[in-house]
Amino acid sequence: MRSFSYVSAPDVESALTAIASEGAKFLGGGTNLVDLMRERIEQPETIVDISRLPLTEIEELPDGGVRIGALVRNSHLAAHRVIRVRYPVLAQAILHGASAQLRNMATVGGNLLQRTRCLYFYDEAAPCNKRVPGSGCGALGGFARNTAILGTSEHCVATHPSDMAVALTLLDATIEVESSRGTRRIPIADFHCLPGETPDVETVLAADELITAVELPPVPVARNSRYRKVRDRASYAFALVSVAAALEVEDGVVRTVRLALGGVGTKPWRAREAERVLTGTPATADSFRQAADAELAAAVTLPDNAFKTGLAQRTIVATLRQLTEGSPA
Amino acid sequence: MTVVGAPIDRVDGKAKTTGAARFAAEYALPGLAHAALVYANIARGRITALDTTAARAVPGVLAVLTHQNSPTVKPAPKVSMLNLSTLVSGTQVNYLQTDEVHFDGQPIAVVVAETSASAKEAASLIRTEYAAMESTVDFAAAEPDAKVQPNNPLMRGEEKKGDAEKALSEADVTVDLRFTTPPHAHNALEPHSTTAVWEGDHLTVYDATQSIDWVRSHLAVRFAVPTGNVRVLAPFVGGGFGGKGSVWAGTLLAALAARATGRPVRLMLTREGVYRTVGGRTASTQRVALGADRDGKLRALIHASVARTGRVGGMPEQITSQSRHLYDAEHILVRQSLVELDLLPNTFMRAPGESIGTFAVEAAIDELAAELGMDPIALRMRNEPAVNPMDGKKFAHRMLREAYTLGAEKFGWHERTPEPGSMRDGRWLVGMGVASAYHPANRFAANVTVRLSADGTVLVRCGFQEMGMGGATAQAQIAADALGVPFEAVRVEYGDSELPMSPGAGGSMQTASIANSLLEACEKVKHSVQALAKRTGGEGYEDILRRANVPHIEAAVGSDTRFGRIAGQARFMTNFLLEQRRWVKAAAGVQFCEVRVDRDTGEIRVSRWLGVFDIGTVINHKMASSQLRGGIVMGLGMALSEETLIDPRTGRIMNPSLAEYHVPVHADIPPIDVSFLDDPDPTMPLGLLGAGELGITGVAAAVANAIHHATGNRVRELPITLDKVL
Repeated sequence: MRSFSYVSAPDVESALTAIASEGAKFLGGGTNLVDLMRERIEQPETIVDISRLPLTEIEELPDGGVRIGALVRNSHLAAHRVIRVRYPVLAQAILHGASAQLRNMATVGGNLLQRTRCLYFYDEAAPCNKRVPGSGCGALGGFARNTAILGTSEHCVATHPSDMAVALTLLDATIEVESSRGTRRIPIADFHCLPGETPDVETVLAADELITAVELPPVPVARNSRYRKVRDRASYAFALVSVAAALEVEDGVVRTVRLALGGVGTKPWRAREAERVLTGTPATADSFRQAADAELAAAVTLPDNAFKTGLAQRTIVATLRQLTEGSPA
Repeated sequence: MTVVGAPIDRVDGKAKTTGAARFAAEYALPGLAHAALVYANIARGRITALDTTAARAVPGVLAVLTHQNSPTVKPAPKVSMLNLSTLVSGTQVNYLQTDEVHFDGQPIAVVVAETSASAKEAASLIRTEYAAMESTVDFAAAEPDAKVQPNNPLMRGEEKKGDAEKALSEADVTVDLRFTTPPHAHNALEPHSTTAVWEGDHLTVYDATQSIDWVRSHLAVRFAVPTGNVRVLAPFVGGGFGGKGSVWAGTLLAALAARATGRPVRLMLTREGVYRTVGGRTASTQRVALGADRDGKLRALIHASVARTGRVGGMPEQITSQSRHLYDAEHILVRQSLVELDLLPNTFMRAPGESIGTFAVEAAIDELAAELGMDPIALRMRNEPAVNPMDGKKFAHRMLREAYTLGAEKFGWHERTPEPGSMRDGRWLVGMGVASAYHPANRFAANVTVRLSADGTVLVRCGFQEMGMGGATAQAQIAADALGVPFEAVRVEYGDSELPMSPGAGGSMQTASIANSLLEACEKVKHSVQALAKRTGGEGYEDILRRANVPHIEAAVGSDTRFGRIAGQARFMTNFLLEQRRWVKAAAGVQFCEVRVDRDTGEIRVSRWLGVFDIGTVINHKMASSQLRGGIVMGLGMALSEETLIDPRTGRIMNPSLAEYHVPVHADIPPIDVSFLDDPDPTMPLGLLGAGELGITGVAAAVANAIHHATGNRVRELPITLDKVL
């Protein structure tokens, strides 16, 4: 790890002042940033510790939505009664991520900014356009089992690793950020960027902006929602494929459906094409399969990750089927 | 009042759980400095430029050692069967002595600093330029060029009986299969660590090693000092699994850094450092071909393997070992071939050979059983040999029939419906699989002293390390029974090269080797006491010693003088060759697995495990069960998730981290039922057979066979990840 200066911010205003210095980074739970600093992938000059800021509340909003402070710990959010009842998909997604110890430290804001687990991003000696723009992509022609099949470019195939962000994408969360220029609200769909020609640019967040809260709108269909994460080992692994789904069926017909995918996209992936195809059709395995195929038609695979197309389709079908049947997780 | 066999709590348990036990990186010597390594990131070539300016400017940095300024270190000695300690060098590379790079990950600089953080920061600032040379790093591409392994005194590279290819072509029913296994890493919890201190020409190292005595000899040669000037301490070692059986760069470079700076130096490798500088298990490809009569009688058995060594070291993995002993086939051919790659050399990893060899042969037997429409246990029993199939030698102890009978009953094998995919539990496809476990048994020379004091206490001294196997506890149990004293009266001193020489931990040999000498020493003590009693009378040790006015009686087995060691080794070799001519010795067992495979996603979860093992006399049921269970857990990792990813374009390990190299987590491990036949092997001391490696053998095959039963899919490539069963 390289040496750095450390500043602890007592309030938002001083945090925003401190972040203005060259090469400064916010430190929340530190569960990803500190790892990346150890690996020398991140080399901030200054660490602005925001863990003491008063952004730790979960509030119910009058419209039935919920406002979550950016520093709410993942474990706290997953255990919250309102979240468990109104947005079970979010609680499940969080509990499928990392380990209990990490969830106790990781913050909601930090989770959104997790960086990819691509092997070539993590190795200083390897080419990686995300880490060193223009250096090339080691994953192309290399080990790419955990890379993306949707939203990729010839410059980058890295997945976004978060489980929580997949659920937030399903729920159309809004991310509130502050800077010296004031406050702005960003729909989560617009928050993460596709790699395109600039895979090093991962979000629309400016270097001096601080995530202060995440707001969930009321989503009635989310009461019947679930998160299915598929991985080789039973715990403590990133998703090969994950599916967040919410479903309302009336008289055997899909009235409302929301679908989002993890492990397959370069950003948390809202499956809008599948939603469009599925809405109004009979809630059968065939419809589910057609909807999944419609979404996955755009998939671009590598030899190592080609299995993800079929796996994603089967997982989507299985998850929607379980939501239809109301069977236990 | 026998304590051998009793499930006694390990004597070092409290020290370990309270943190009182000190490991190699926990000796806070006065003036301690810390070292960090810089690794080459090309597979082969020369260093053309090394800029250490920025590194040296980091506050607290004491020295940056490279090939340009390092003190001289002698090259590793040539391997000689007359001096087995020459086997201990992990690689032949003489680190920091030349500009040559022999593998990606080779340490090319050492930073010594006041703190570990400064050392690591400085190491990250060193800039290197290389002139790369052509290299061969792709195992799959090199495989066609493999050459048959030369014979060595322990095993022949190729053995045959009859004409197996011909018998195969004429057999009623055949399978001819190709299996692959990837490279594996040990991932001991404690990363390799060394604390080294020089006082004049005397070197003391606290080292995380499985081979105290050989490390001492090796360091003496490399640093050109008499063996007696080197002291190696390793009372506690946080797991090794073979990865700490050799001397790797960290140990050498810690001693080198201490010599160069005149300070005690601690070098604790990062996890990445372990991956880059300590070898792991070779990848393999294996062909297993079986031919049988319709009634299941085996006519032909062929097992041919390809593995790799490094251009600068590495050992040939005995992949076909078990296939020479498991089945009574008329015609047998086993052959091990090797390729040499420009990679960090491979090394011993738990049951080298048998762990991946049993995967192929035991999965192939299952496939043959399916072809024959036979129960896989019935097929094995049909071909269970009475004598060693290759040459008719006697088995010292063979209880596979008993293990299968007991295991099948306890596991409920009769509830298995043979048709693949026929057993379900909701969305889960359920499968049951079985495989044999097998590991050869041997012994090494060991020196021991036993002292019986007038107060009735007993002191056993032997320089082995405590790496988790429970050596101190087991040897105390053995001594207590041999002398007829309470377990609590026995104390064991270990973990120091100043003590009588112990063999390292390897080949599941340490406990039996020490026990052999310990029993002899206890006999000597008893004889001396009897002689005293004849002279001065008395009853019971304390009474006899008091009457004779003797404070203690001590007996030694083996001598730690130079001549004594040579004589001990010669005796060992003679004994080994004689025994090898008379007997085939092995620990064996059977592994039963139940898996559940998600019908939608292919996720594989092991839901039940049962092992029945023949390890001869069980010295401590609790510790032995733990050790076997640990082997099974490691085998589950091998079966389902473990793989060191070596980029075939560069020869670089791409997942040098527990985040990306997946060992099983708790949630992956079902209840594991371990039982023992507990029947003494008549040719081994106390009848005991080593238990360290047996547990991992057969595991991957039992899993693969169970997955086939659940899904109908045969997966012959490890690890069996979900994409392969979809």
